[in-house]
Amino acid sequence: MKVSVQKEDFDLGAEVQALSKDPRVGAVASFVGVVREVPMALEHYAGMTEREIGKIVEEARSRWQVMDCTVIHRFGELQPTDQIVLVAVASAHRGDAFAACEFIMDYLKTRAPFWKKEQRPGGTRWVEARASDDQAAERWEIKRAEAKS
Amino acid sequence: MKVKVLFFAALREQLGTSGEEIELPADVDSLAGLRSHLRARGGAFEKAFSDKALVRMAVNQDMVPATARIKAGDEIAFFPPVTGG
Repeated sequence: MKVSVQKEDFDLGAEVQALSKDPRVGAVASFVGVVREVPMALEHYAGMTEREIGKIVEEARSRWQVMDCTVIHRFGELQPTDQIVLVAVASAHRGDAFAACEFIMDYLKTRAPFWKKEQRPGGTRWVEARASDDQAAERWEIKRAEAKS
Repeated sequence: MKVKVLFFAALREQLGTSGEEIELPADVDSLAGLRSHLRARGGAFEKAFSDKALVRMAVNQDMVPATARIKAGDEIAFFPPVTGG
């Protein structure tokens, strides 16, 4: 398991390759978030961020068969088209890899202490949290409750 | 008792500080109590802490509800809802 909060860019190919080394791995699902349209600065709570992402990864491991996993999130100044976040999950089969990858991403958006500040020509503006992100995370709780009942 | 308080993002800018060490009165022993204590300072603090929905809290880097107890030496963070990813 690798969790990294960093200024530097990352190489998707290299990260996926690193997760594919175990011969028991049959699937690697990955997600890359990219800065869209507006330049931004990302602030985070050093220490807590890594901890919180680590907890989300542990939760994913308790729900699905996750053989290995890499989460990288950048901070600092980022431009449109820059990569901002990577979640990659290795598993024996695609179902677990897809589900765990989406789960980690949904929870990261509502739990990891990052804040985006957009830098528009007219001035800067803190991005506001979206209810749709909370709903995306909540539906995993609903799915879990349904599975149990 | 003494605690370390941190502020992030919009809250940090609103308050004009990223944090401070605070000596708390004996009756302040919960997160909610600390929030009220800060709010009572007035000015930017009163404004920043008036909308509870916009202030999230962590004690020693764990997200906790306002009912959580605090103790001497704790690192307590206040911040807006997160927007990473």
